[in-house]
Amino acid sequence: MTHEYLLEAKHVKKYFPIKTGLFNRVVGQVKAVDDVSFGIRAGETFGLVGESGCGKSTLARVLLKLKRATDGDIRFEGQNIQEVGSSDLRKLRQEMQIIFQDPFGSLNPRFLVKDIIAEPLRTHRRMSAKDVDARVVELMELVGLDVSRRNRYPHEFSGGQRQRVGIARAIALNPKFVVADEAVSALDVSVQSQVLNLLQKLQKELGLTYLFIAHGLNVVRHISDRIGVMYMGKMVEIARTEDLFAHPRHPYTKVLLSAIPKPTPHRMTERIILEGEVPSPANPPSGCRFHTRCPFVQEKCRIEEPLLEPAGDDRQAACHFPL
Amino acid sequence: MAEKILEIRNLTTGFLTDQGMVKATDRVSLDLEKGKTLCVVGESGSGKSVTALSVMRLIDYAGGIITEGEVLFNGQDLIGMRQQDMLNIRGNRITMIFQDPMSALNPVFTVGEQIAESLRTHKKLTSKEAWRQSVEMLRRVRMPDPEIRARQYPYEMSGGMCQRVVIAMALACNPELLIADEPTTALDVTVQAQILELLLQLKKEFRMSMLLITHDMGVAAEVADRIAVMYAGAVVEEGTVAEIFERPRHPYTIGLLKSIPGLEGERGGELYTITGSIPPMSKIPSGCRFHPRCTYAMDVCRTNEPPLSQSLTGHKAACWLDDTGADDPRPAKPNNREAKVTIGTRPEVTQP
Repeated sequence: MTHEYLLEAKHVKKYFPIKTGLFNRVVGQVKAVDDVSFGIRAGETFGLVGESGCGKSTLARVLLKLKRATDGDIRFEGQNIQEVGSSDLRKLRQEMQIIFQDPFGSLNPRFLVKDIIAEPLRTHRRMSAKDVDARVVELMELVGLDVSRRNRYPHEFSGGQRQRVGIARAIALNPKFVVADEAVSALDVSVQSQVLNLLQKLQKELGLTYLFIAHGLNVVRHISDRIGVMYMGKMVEIARTEDLFAHPRHPYTKVLLSAIPKPTPHRMTERIILEGEVPSPANPPSGCRFHTRCPFVQEKCRIEEPLLEPAGDDRQAACHFPL
Repeated sequence: MAEKILEIRNLTTGFLTDQGMVKATDRVSLDLEKGKTLCVVGESGSGKSVTALSVMRLIDYAGGIITEGEVLFNGQDLIGMRQQDMLNIRGNRITMIFQDPMSALNPVFTVGEQIAESLRTHKKLTSKEAWRQSVEMLRRVRMPDPEIRARQYPYEMSGGMCQRVVIAMALACNPELLIADEPTTALDVTVQAQILELLLQLKKEFRMSMLLITHDMGVAAEVADRIAVMYAGAVVEEGTVAEIFERPRHPYTIGLLKSIPGLEGERGGELYTITGSIPPMSKIPSGCRFHPRCTYAMDVCRTNEPPLSQSLTGHKAACWLDDTGADDPRPAKPNNREAKVTIGTRPEVTQP
C-alpha cells in the first residue's frame, strides 16, 4: 500500500487547560494547535514557520506523540499513531526522531559523547557492545565529528559540534522521519551553514524526511521543499517554497516575509509594519484570527473563520480574500 | 571632517582566569560620528559586547579589566574616569539597551516608576514631574494607552512592549549616545521590524548617535551608516554599509556574507562554509587571527599580524592581501546573489 504522505495530520487539536484556584478548576483552554490538517511527503523537507507561541513546536511534539493530541488523526505510513499500543509505539519511535534547539540542554552532561549516541541503539536494538561501538564510530564519521573524541563529555564540545552529536543520536536508528526543532537557531552564522549542509547531505544519503521548524525564514527557504505558515495555532498557508516567497497568498505570510531584515543594503522593499500585539491564545479573536492586525481586513473576516482551502497549484491558504 | 562623539583607541579588555589574563578585545579602535549609527557585527565571542560594556565602564562590574587604550566621549576620556563621575554620564548622556527586555526590567516596580527613576536621579525632577514625563516617554515610544501601561508591571506586557519600555528608560534623559546590544535578538521578526523602525525614528527625533551591536547582517544592513566586523576580539574590517556588503575586503567578511542563505535566487544548493570554528580567546592563533580558517592564507599570515589598513575612501581591513600587490584572489563581488542596489535614500516605510 502506498500513501501520498509519509505523515498525515487531520484536524489535529492540542488544548492546554488553564487551571486556577485551590482546586485547580479548569477555567479555559489555550488552543495551542487548533484544527490543523496537512501532510508531509516522503523524502521532502517540510518547513514550519511562525512566531513564538504560534504552536509550531507543540504541533511537532504531537506529531511524534511526545504529547497526546486532544483530538484528530495522525497517520504515519497509514498507521494511526493515536491508537497504537505500547509495543508498536516502541517500533514507531525508531522511525521518528527529533533534533532539539538547545545543543547544551539536550545532551546529558554526565554521559560520554559515545554513550549519548549509543543510547538509542542500546534501548531499541539488541547489539553486542562491539557492534554498538562500531556503529557509534560510523555515526560520528557520518556527521563529521572527530572519532578520537568519543570518550569526552558534551561540555568539551562547541555548540556546533554538540548539535552534530544530537544529529548523530537522532539518525542512529535509521529513522525515516526527523523533526528538526529550531536545530540551527542557536548557532552562529558560520557554524549554522555547516550544520545545514550536513542535514542536507544526510537527507540525500539516508533518504530522510524532515519537518524543519525555524523562525529564520532565510534558513527555512534554503532547506525546505514546502513551507507551512502558522499563526495562533492555525495553519494559515501551505505552499511550495518558491511559490510562497514569490507570491504569498495569505496576508500574514506577506507581512512575515516583508519583516525580514535583508542583507542587501538600501534595497527598495515594501515593508509592512504590523500594528498591535498578538492576541491572547486563551481568548482568540472571532472569525479569522489574524483580522485584528490584518492590513486588508474586511467585514466578513470578523465574523466567519476562513478554512484552509486550495489556493492554486499545490498550495492552500486560509483567507477569505487571498492576495 | 564631521565631529566625533565617540572615539575608541586600542581598547584592550581582559579577564583574569586560571590561564592568566585572557584578552576579550584586542586593540579595538572605532569611531562614531555625531548623529550616525555604527553597527558592530560578529559572531559569539568576537568581543562586541565587551567593547560596549567597556565604553560604559560596566565591564569593571563584570570582572573585566581594561588594560590598554582610551575611550573618548566628546573628547573626554572615560577610561581614566572615577566610577563616581561615570554616574553622571552613564544612564544620562550615554545609555544602553540590552538583549533581553524581560530581565532588564525590575519585576517588582511598575514600568512608569522605572522610567521615572532615571529622571529623578539625573534630572533632579520631582516625583510628580518625573511621572508625567515617564508617561510622555511611553507615548513617544508608541506604547498604546501610556497612562494605563505606566501603572503596570513588566510581567503584564509582551516582549515587544517590554523592549519599548527599556527604550523609553534609555531615552528619558535625552542621551547623546545610545548603545544597543542586540536589541531585537530576543524578539520575533515582525516585532523586530517594529522595534528597528522605532529606533530609527527616535534616533532622528532625539538627535542621538547610536552604537548598535548585532550578529544579524540583515539588521546591520538596514540601520547602519557604517559597519565594523569583529572576529575573535579584534576589528577586522570597517566601512560604509555599501562597502561592507558590496566590496568586502576581509576574507572573514566575505565568508560570512556567503554563508548566509539568501531570500531570493537559487536555493537548496550546498551553502558556503567557513571551515573550522571560532578559536577560544585563550588560544588566539599567531599572526592573523583568522589564518587557520582562511582560504587565502599565505606564509606571512601565519607569522605577522596584519594592520588595519585604510583605503582612500576610509574603508579599513586587516588583511595582508591588501599589501602584497600580488594578484588578488578574492572575488570582486562575493555575494552569490544578484544584488540590485540603489544607494541613497532608505526605503519608504508603509504603514497600513
